Amino acid sequence: MAKSIDVSDLDIYYGDFLAVQGVTMSIKARAVTALIGPSGCGKSTFLRSLNRMHEVIPGARAEGKVMVDGQDLYDADVDPVAVRREIGMVFQRPNPFPTMSIYENVLAGKRLNATRLKKSDADDLVEKSLRGANLWSEVKDRLGKPGMGLSGGQQQRLCIARAIAVEPQVLLMDEPCSALDPISTAAIEDLIHELKSDYTIVIVTHNMQQAARVSDDTGFFNLKATGEPGHLVEFNPTKKMFTNPDNEATESYISGRFG
Amino acid sequence: MSIADPETEIPPPLGTTSKAGDAVFRGLATASASVILLALAGVAAFLLAQGLPALDGTGAQAYGFDNIWVYVGPLLFGTLLAATIALVFAAPLSLGVALVISHYAPRRVAKGLGWAIDLLAAIPSVIYGLWGIEFLAKQLVPVYMWLEAHLSFIPLFAGPVPTSGRTMMTAGLVLAVMALPIITAICREIFAQTPVMHQEAALALGATRWEMIRLAVFPYGRSGIVSAVLLGLGRALGETMAVALVLSPSIVVSFNLISAEGGDSSSTIAANIALNFGNASGSKIDTLIFTGLVLFVITFAVNFLGRWIAARGVKKG
Repeated sequence: MAKSIDVSDLDIYYGDFLAVQGVTMSIKARAVTALIGPSGCGKSTFLRSLNRMHEVIPGARAEGKVMVDGQDLYDADVDPVAVRREIGMVFQRPNPFPTMSIYENVLAGKRLNATRLKKSDADDLVEKSLRGANLWSEVKDRLGKPGMGLSGGQQQRLCIARAIAVEPQVLLMDEPCSALDPISTAAIEDLIHELKSDYTIVIVTHNMQQAARVSDDTGFFNLKATGEPGHLVEFNPTKKMFTNPDNEATESYISGRFG
Repeated sequence: MSIADPETEIPPPLGTTSKAGDAVFRGLATASASVILLALAGVAAFLLAQGLPALDGTGAQAYGFDNIWVYVGPLLFGTLLAATIALVFAAPLSLGVALVISHYAPRRVAKGLGWAIDLLAAIPSVIYGLWGIEFLAKQLVPVYMWLEAHLSFIPLFAGPVPTSGRTMMTAGLVLAVMALPIITAICREIFAQTPVMHQEAALALGATRWEMIRLAVFPYGRSGIVSAVLLGLGRALGETMAVALVLSPSIVVSFNLISAEGGDSSSTIAANIALNFGNASGSKIDTLIFTGLVLFVITFAVNFLGRWIAARGVKKG
């Protein structure tokens, strides 16, 4: 299932504004890659460009290559909708569909493929996805209840279940724990460890400890200067990043001297 | 020193200087609110006082009918029929236009389209009536002819088609154009308020734009759409001039949408009042006012239902 992603020389624009410049990195399959950096440095924009979600904003575009399994996501004949079916996303704030039950939320993506699901298959998929998101035991008796009735952390795991129900190649997470309390955060981090064996995971986080705990590789983004585009300062295995970074700016950011 | 020393410059206690203004404003606001309630109560009282005596009217008072209900019934039927036709056409069209404005068109096009729709609402209804007779009705004659030729086995399209084209269908279509701006304006607002995070949730699952609208926009706006349609229905029910100009008054129950010959087409309450009131006198006035009371109750109920559904949706969401 899981695929690696090779990004080369990616420039991301909002209209005429160059937001992120010249990113080149190799994201390993079946590993967690963390993206860190100060606010507004373009790490979320970069994350969104990996499944073309940034194009939701009018005028947004990207130049360069994002290769997944030998296919450039930005080829002219690639449909962004198809890209997003292969590369799922979890957002900063949990966003289950408010009018749907827990059960229907998990199936929402699968139902888009317009294939008729047999009831038994649907039941199996819901159980498998919720188990995969470590949520099954907490909700198995109330699958028909609205997804909004869960706690924030449970909602976020429901969103992860919904994302993995469509069996994507890659899972992108945009600060998935920033709206959660420490206990829920720990639950999500445990989950990320487990999901790693099946999926390629890219996570944006503001929490340095989190990056150190969950990731195998880390990329540090920063602005070149105020008003300049963001860029990738350093990309290295997380261990090296947090003990002996190549770049001075990385070291001062990680040790809390700025940002 | 540009910053005042807090100890030497004590600000006046909150509210002392504006106390008189407060009282005046509160009085004005309360008075306005009471006037509205009084006006509503006054209209209801007038309709009841003048209309109810016509309840047991027969013969000449009921325009030659056995009792008042035989007279009101067909008009009520016509009113509901015209409004139904209007909604059948206006509701899907309005949803489509609202979606184009909120989700499909580029921002500049959407803005222009929004203005155009708002302008539709500003056109006086008598103009719609004239447009209905002079333009729309004539343009529709070939369509009616076709319907009669191919679908006349359905009672709705039995014909015969009048050469003027002034039929129940035409009246309904004119009403549809008039209800369109209200429904569109409300739906547009609701669609535009769909939380971005729900739309992104759908898109990130690989939804196309239309699938995203079905997953995120429609469920979020469902109660709003229903109340928008019911408010549009309220307008279609009460509209007078456009229908009065298009339809000739007659007291029949007829599902035939594309005919007018021999009084084979229903009319509406509002249009009937407008066309007959000038000639009415004495107890006939009471009868017409009673039909007005019936319309008042129906319109009130529809609006009430619309707001109730909207409020219920807010609590749930």
